[in-house]
Amino acid sequence: MGRTVIPIGPYHPLQEEPEFFTLTVEGETVVDIDVRIGYNHRGIEKLSESKIFENCTFVVERICGICSTSHPYAFTRAVEDVFPMEVPIRAKYIRTIIAETERIHSHLLWLGLAGHFLGYNTVYMWAWKLREEILDVMEILSGNRNNYAMFKPGGVRRDIRAEDIPVCLRKIESILPTLDMLKKAVLDDPVLHARLKGVGVMTYQQAIDFSALGPTSRASGVARDVRKDSPYGAYQEMPWDMIVTKNGDVFDKAVIRILETFESAKIVRFCLEKLPDGPIDANIKDVPVGEGIGHIEAPRGETFHYVRSDGTNRPVRHKVRAPTFMNFPTYKATVKGQTISDATIILAAIDPCYCCTERIAVKDASGKALYSGQDLIRLSREKTERLRKGMGGR
Amino acid sequence: MTREDVLADIRGRFGADIVELFDKSPKRVYVEIRPQAIVRIGTHLFRTLGARFNIASGTDMKDWIEILYHFTIEDLNLLISLRVRLDPGHPEIDSLARDIEALNWIERELTELLGITFTGHPDPRRLLLADNWPEGVYPLRRDYVEWDGTADRTRGV
Repeated sequence: MGRTVIPIGPYHPLQEEPEFFTLTVEGETVVDIDVRIGYNHRGIEKLSESKIFENCTFVVERICGICSTSHPYAFTRAVEDVFPMEVPIRAKYIRTIIAETERIHSHLLWLGLAGHFLGYNTVYMWAWKLREEILDVMEILSGNRNNYAMFKPGGVRRDIRAEDIPVCLRKIESILPTLDMLKKAVLDDPVLHARLKGVGVMTYQQAIDFSALGPTSRASGVARDVRKDSPYGAYQEMPWDMIVTKNGDVFDKAVIRILETFESAKIVRFCLEKLPDGPIDANIKDVPVGEGIGHIEAPRGETFHYVRSDGTNRPVRHKVRAPTFMNFPTYKATVKGQTISDATIILAAIDPCYCCTERIAVKDASGKALYSGQDLIRLSREKTERLRKGMGGR
Repeated sequence: MTREDVLADIRGRFGADIVELFDKSPKRVYVEIRPQAIVRIGTHLFRTLGARFNIASGTDMKDWIEILYHFTIEDLNLLISLRVRLDPGHPEIDSLARDIEALNWIERELTELLGITFTGHPDPRRLLLADNWPEGVYPLRRDYVEWDGTADRTRGV
């Protein structure tokens, strides 16, 4: 059978970042995949060298539009590691609250989009409706639905007012029953089982070799989480479970994200209820000469920042590594041998961004367009529909 | 293995290749090594000691070009950074990506942004920079100057 090369991308600003995939297919089976990134390279590492330390926090907050607090968190911890120093306990709690509330909203966003691409628009509607409550909590706590600007080297910029805590607790509690229903609906759905189990499998050894991170590696049985391995913030103060599964397929990656939202809700509730009194800022003045590394567990995996200071008020080098940089190349392991209709959800399963999916164009060797991005989403949905009918229909 | 065992193991095996071992804090150790030893020490950390590769970061220090390879041993909550110093005229080092898949992208990134040659890299194609970016121009070098005379850098504000 002849081989067909499918270019996917590069431009689609819908989600986080554009990228360019080249899928080589035989019939419906993907036999090879190649990725090219950098279409939206903003030179933030270079830009950061021209900013004072406090302003870098705002620059890195704009790296990601979804988990926008993960980069300031890693950056401030990198600056604090230059000393090294610890921030006040109340600041640690507030940081944890912001980071975990963000994890809930990020996982819900992923769940909704995954449902959308599989033809489960009800899941999409439910998940995003719940997400609104979480964004309201963010607005109450920080004043912003996104880009919270809560972090600064040495502490946090805003305190949490005591009168806001009951409202936030109530809002978080309010989503849990619906989320539980959604969890059961997704986990017990035979069509979703047939659609997602065994699809895009990454083995334990592959996860190790690629140094994959976060839910992407935990789905393959790699029990690693920066929050447990190198505790920071308030994570060692309360009991919570790291979710690990074994199969490494798209279904397990979805299960991990759904179950993690419950753990995050548990952590946020504990922190809001037990928020200790005290200062929220260590008021650091001069950053000494030296190097610092900060890493935290973002919704997609470990975010890593390296900062080098020469004693001035600006970093001489600031390296940023987002989790997707490590998770991205795992496509090589997961997409080969799968069908085109599954490629969409496998590419989405590491939670990168969906910029690729609506820009997919399948072309034959003469350059004639065979499928557009819309067609590929249609293919994905048709497969779900076929499975559903084959199981007696609903 | 404890933290001390790991450091003693590295010292014992690679003593001749270690330039300096800086024990910064309970969680952070910086080991400066000779560039020729990077594959031996890197694979030992990754395969034998079971460390996870975080990332590598390159810096132009004017008199030398430096790469830090960050590895984490999670069971010990220990982050080991291997430091190599390269000649700024011809920065060149053996590729670790041949042995560890996780380094594939970052070595390509360092090649493009800092002009470091990774000998034996399995896939040395361009990853980040645009196709019309000229060869031999490296944006993270200290001596970088704007090469695109037609670029509009006004921000419209």
